[in-house]
Amino acid sequence: MYQYDEFDREFVEQRAKQFARQVERRLAGELPEDKFKPLRLMNGLYLQLHAYMLRINVPYGCLSSEQMRKLAHVSRLYDKSYGHLTTRQNMQLNWIRLVDMPEILNELASVNMHGIQSSGNCIRNITADEYAGVAADEIEDPRIYCEFLRQWSSLHPEFSFLPRKFKISVTGSPNDRAAVMAHDIGLRLYKNEEGESGFEVFVGGGLGRTPFVGKSIRTFLPTEHILSYCEAILRVYNQLGRRDNKYKARIKVLVHETGIDKIRELVEAEWESIRDGALNLPEEDIALIRARFTPPRYEAPLDSEDELKALREKNPDFDRWVDQQLAEHKQPGYSIVNISCTPIGKPPGDISSDQMEAVADLADLYSMGELRVTHNQNLVFTDVRRQDLFKLWQALVEIDLETANHGLITDTICCPGLDYCALANARSIPVAEKISNAFADHERQKEIGEIYINMSGCINACGHHHVGNIGILGVDKKNSELYQLMLGGSAKEDASIGKILGRGFDEDGIVTAVENVVDTYLEIRTDGETFIETHRRVGDDPFKERLYGASPKTR
Amino acid sequence: MPHVVIANRLRDGIVVFLGTSHQWVEKLSECSPAQSEAEEEALIRLGQEASDRQEIVDPTLIEVEEKEGVLHAVKMREAMRAMGPTVREDLGKQAEN
Repeated sequence: MYQYDEFDREFVEQRAKQFARQVERRLAGELPEDKFKPLRLMNGLYLQLHAYMLRINVPYGCLSSEQMRKLAHVSRLYDKSYGHLTTRQNMQLNWIRLVDMPEILNELASVNMHGIQSSGNCIRNITADEYAGVAADEIEDPRIYCEFLRQWSSLHPEFSFLPRKFKISVTGSPNDRAAVMAHDIGLRLYKNEEGESGFEVFVGGGLGRTPFVGKSIRTFLPTEHILSYCEAILRVYNQLGRRDNKYKARIKVLVHETGIDKIRELVEAEWESIRDGALNLPEEDIALIRARFTPPRYEAPLDSEDELKALREKNPDFDRWVDQQLAEHKQPGYSIVNISCTPIGKPPGDISSDQMEAVADLADLYSMGELRVTHNQNLVFTDVRRQDLFKLWQALVEIDLETANHGLITDTICCPGLDYCALANARSIPVAEKISNAFADHERQKEIGEIYINMSGCINACGHHHVGNIGILGVDKKNSELYQLMLGGSAKEDASIGKILGRGFDEDGIVTAVENVVDTYLEIRTDGETFIETHRRVGDDPFKERLYGASPKTR
Repeated sequence: MPHVVIANRLRDGIVVFLGTSHQWVEKLSECSPAQSEAEEEALIRLGQEASDRQEIVDPTLIEVEEKEGVLHAVKMREAMRAMGPTVREDLGKQAEN
C-alpha cells in the first residue's frame, strides 16, 4: 500500500496539534459552539444523539494491519470497544469524549490517520474499488490516481468552502464496485482503442434528497489530465453552485438545472486554460507515486487445488464460504477474500475492537499486512494464498467473521439510523437485522441469488437506499416509524435510481413486504435472471399487485 | 404537557437533563419536569446560561410524559437519547439502570 512521506506525516501531526489547542480553548470556555463547530467538523468530529462521533478517514478504503490495530486500540481505550464501517469506506466511533480528542488524534497521527475533511463542505475522502490493484477484471490500478486526488484535494485552499460537500469515487474495472455513478465525480479508468489509459468522467451523481445517476461529461480523459480536469469541474461548481439553499447546493442540482451540455462547455473552457499547467501529471510523476505503493511479494503458486478441493468436500461450511466470499485475483495462486461484517441478525458494518485486532493479525499472516474497507461495510483481504484459505477461514470462525453472504440478500447496506444519528428520522439497523434473520437460511439466500438491499433512516441516504435493488427509507410519520419500499435501483455500471412502490409499512410490515417482493421475483423470474434483471423486464406491477392488491387496470 | 431541557455535556457529549431542581442530571428519571409556562421559561433561561458558560451544548426544551410512574420523552429521537441505542441495550443510559 501507499507509503506516506515526511510531508504527509508532518501535515497530519500539525493538524492534530492544532485541533488539540482548539479543544483546549473550547474546554476553557474561550470558544463558543458556533465558532468551534466548523473546526470540529473539519476534523471529522460530530455531535450525535448520545455523544460525540468521530469519523476517521480510510483513504480509498486501504488500511494497513498497523492502522487496524490502532483503530482497535483507540476504540477500546476511548470508545465502547467497537467501530462502524461506513458506506464511504471510513470508520466511525460513536461514543467519543471531547476531552479525549487530543490524545485520540495523536494516536491516529502515529499511524498517519485522521478525520480531516471527513465532514464539511469540502472534498471528502476519495473512495475506490475495494479490489483495486488485485482484481482479475481490472484494467489499471486506480489507487495511483486516488492518491493524486487525495494529495490534490487535501487542504486545497480554493475548495475548502464549497457550496456543499463533494465526493469522488474511482474504479479501474468495468465491473463497478465503487458506485462511481452515485458520486459528485465518478471516474472509470479504461484503455481506449489505441491502448492509451484514460478516464470516462461522470459528474452530478448523488443520492440524498434529490437522487441522480452521474452523467458522462467526458468519454475519454488521458490520465495525465485527471487533476486539471477535476479542478476545472470544481471551479465551475464553486462559482455556480447554489449557496442560498443547502438542499439545492450539490453539483448534481447544478448539472440537472443547467444541463450536462452547458456544464461540459463551461468545464472544457476552464480546463483549456489550466490543462497544461502545474496540475499536469507527466509519466515520471505517475511513476513516482506508483513506486510508493509497496509492490506485493507474490510467490510462485503452490499447487494446492487438490488439497483445497478435499478440504471443501470434508467441510461444508468452508465450502460454502469459499464459494461465496472469494473473488478472482490477477495473480495465479492467490484469491481476494471478502470478510463479511454483516453477520446474520447483527448491525451491518459494526466490528468489535477484539475483531479489529484479530483481523489485523490475520492480515499480517495471510494478506501481506493489508486490508480494505468496502462501501458495502465489509472488509477485504487482498492477497491471500489459496493454500492458506482453510487456515484463514478457521481463524475467522474463531472471531465470528466467517459469514458467507457476500452479494446475497443478508449482505445489506445500512446507515446508523435513529439509534445513533442526529439527522435520522427512523431506525434502520433493527429493520436490517429483522430482514437478515428472515432470510438467514443460506440455501434460501443462494436460491434468491444476487440482490442488494440498501436502507437509510432518513432522506440523506447514507445507506444508499436509492441504488439498492430493494431500497428502504425510514421516515417519521406522526412520531411513528414508517418504511417506504423502492425497487429498481442499482449502484453498478448499469446504475439506476429506484422508485417508491406505494404506501409505507411499519417495522414488521416492511420485513414481510420484502419477503413478498422476493417471493414474487422467485415466481416470475426466468432461468438465470437476477432480481434487478427481472424487475427491469416486468416493472413494478407484479410486485405492487402482491403487496397492495390488483390495481383497477390489471383487475 | 410537562417539559424538561435536554442537552449534551460539553466535555464528553453525554446527554443531560435539566428539571425544576435546576441541576443537570444524566438520567431523565432523576428529573422533575416543568409543569407551567413560567417553569419552562426558567428552564430555557438556565439552559441558555449553561450553554453560554460553555458547560453544555444545544439546550432544547422537550416534552415528557409519565407512564406507570416512569418519565419518558415523547418524541422518538429524545426517547433514544434518554435510553441509548435500541440495537445495543448494553450501551447508553439503559445499560446503567
